Amino acid sequence: MDLVAILAIQVVYAIASLALISVGLAIIFGMMRVINLAHGEFLMLGGYAAIVATNHGVNIWLSMLVVAPIAVGLLGVVVERAIIRFLYGRMIDTMLATWGLSLFLVGLTTAIFGNTTVGISAPLGSIQIGDYRTSAYTLFVIAVAVVVLGVIFAAMRGTRLGLIARGTMQNANMAAALGVNPPRVYAVTFGIGAALSGLAGAVLAPVSGVFPTIGVAYVAKSFITVIGGGAAILSGTVSASALFGTINQIATFVTTPVFGEVALLAAAIVLIRLLPQGITGRFFRSGL
Amino acid sequence: MKARGYNMAGLALVGAIGLAFMFLTPRFAELDVVLDLTVYMIMAILALSLALIWGYGGILCFGQSAFFGLGAYTYAITMFNMGESTVPFLLAILLPAAFAALLGYFMFYGRISDVYLGVITLTVTLILFNSVNSTAGPEFHIGAARLGGFNGIPGIPPLNIPGNKGAVIDLEGMFYLCTGSLLLTYFGLRLLLASQFGRIIVGIRENERRAELLGYDPRAYKLATFTIGGALAGFAGCLFANWGNFVSPTIFGLSQSAQIIIWVIVGGRGTLIGPIVGCIGIQWLSAMLGANQPSGGSDLWSKIFANAPLILGSILIAFVLLVPKGLVPTLSDIVLSLFRRRQRQEQRGFEPQQAE
Repeated sequence: MDLVAILAIQVVYAIASLALISVGLAIIFGMMRVINLAHGEFLMLGGYAAIVATNHGVNIWLSMLVVAPIAVGLLGVVVERAIIRFLYGRMIDTMLATWGLSLFLVGLTTAIFGNTTVGISAPLGSIQIGDYRTSAYTLFVIAVAVVVLGVIFAAMRGTRLGLIARGTMQNANMAAALGVNPPRVYAVTFGIGAALSGLAGAVLAPVSGVFPTIGVAYVAKSFITVIGGGAAILSGTVSASALFGTINQIATFVTTPVFGEVALLAAAIVLIRLLPQGITGRFFRSGL
Repeated sequence: MKARGYNMAGLALVGAIGLAFMFLTPRFAELDVVLDLTVYMIMAILALSLALIWGYGGILCFGQSAFFGLGAYTYAITMFNMGESTVPFLLAILLPAAFAALLGYFMFYGRISDVYLGVITLTVTLILFNSVNSTAGPEFHIGAARLGGFNGIPGIPPLNIPGNKGAVIDLEGMFYLCTGSLLLTYFGLRLLLASQFGRIIVGIRENERRAELLGYDPRAYKLATFTIGGALAGFAGCLFANWGNFVSPTIFGLSQSAQIIIWVIVGGRGTLIGPIVGCIGIQWLSAMLGANQPSGGSDLWSKIFANAPLILGSILIAFVLLVPKGLVPTLSDIVLSLFRRRQRQEQRGFEPQQAE
């Protein structure tokens, strides 16, 4: 029974961390149709921002939940203004340019921080379930994922900003005719997506540590989650995370973590063959 | 007719330069230079494989290094088990081709869009990298060959002349083999692209729906193109395993994949000579940057210049934003427009006289 509880927590944690690392990408891809291959590096920079801030005496919660998203969000706005905005409508070129950006950021962080793993110890200690112990930080990550998804849902559904964003994505010309400035909406959307990635990278930094090439470990997983999820941003991310997270965690439990990841990626390829439009292309179509 | 004449002259020029390079280099260059040039030739074959499927087929494959690595590993593993290189050589081409065919079936018959295709090929490359990387223990072996995980497989036996196990191809022989293979690949692809098949795949790249309405099945043609590209990449991988007598999982890695894409985009999509130029130029540049910093200096600037990802990333961004067509097409456009302007000026020079 205790083992089942621990396993359940691990599965939920896998789902939550997948949703967390994917949601920034899902917003950028779902709303702007921009494939951001530097997404993994945004996560990596979020981790570095949190660690550098903590080492300079900022409270660890503050540096994870405030400093990292703001820093990476600002970087996102700069990237959108300097590179992405020239390439709207040229999807393949955007992919290539952001891949170049990804290499550039990896090189830059290697030059600055060196090719070593840095980390901060996970706060909160551990909790006891029967004979087993698990890190209380695991529960914190799950809570962050739930709050982030909830806030996005509320913002998209309930606020004027969310309405403007959804309107611009549906028909930019119509929105412009009604007085909205689409370039600004795009810049803000990209910035928010980047900020969420920075937050995810910072929250996961105590678990995995941070090194310049860690983005590679994230990028494939978050991409297949977004693409497996399909067009709807929130329900797509959640349903694909649930599917892939469960497969990953069970395969990890049965074999090794490496083959857990392989099972995840293989499942994604089969899923895309079966449902080329993603899960929300067939189910939950009316979701956000 | 005139364009065809230019084409033939261009082909003859490439052939002459290639042959001269092939036969003169080992006479005049030191052995270490020949060794460096050999790997450039191997990588140029790899660049051509992507030039075919991306530049002409319009299939953006982020995982060309998967087939390259698969070819190298296939050769290494079968070579340890058999000892005679004819069958391993053929398998190193056939297995990546079969893998490309399987993957291509999933992608093209699933009618996945270009973007998803890029992501899937990227994912497959990561799967291969992760799985091979984790096979370091002695329990992972295929026959007599240990996979070695992140340590790679050292001491791979070199190619021999088919049927004669003792007649091993030496370093200079490898140079002739690789350069000859590059020339054959280049002319083979030119021939393929001039055939009906080549015209159809370019037609599909330009407008898939139209090609389909004209009765061609884009899925089958794309699958065939992708399979040929996979076979070529596997062939390059086999030569690469021979060149260094060593393979490691980094050849599946993302930076290897990125390099191939950069070669093609720098040289120019839709040409064959462009990716060769891009490949050799970028590799030469990387070697120069690395060579200037033997021990990796300590100050920030020398760290930046010894830093391949930083430089390659900047090159990729700059080319996508500023020279999206690539070097060779851009240069030939410039030359052509200068030529045309002069022609027009000459014509204009005659006009007033005719008017009188």
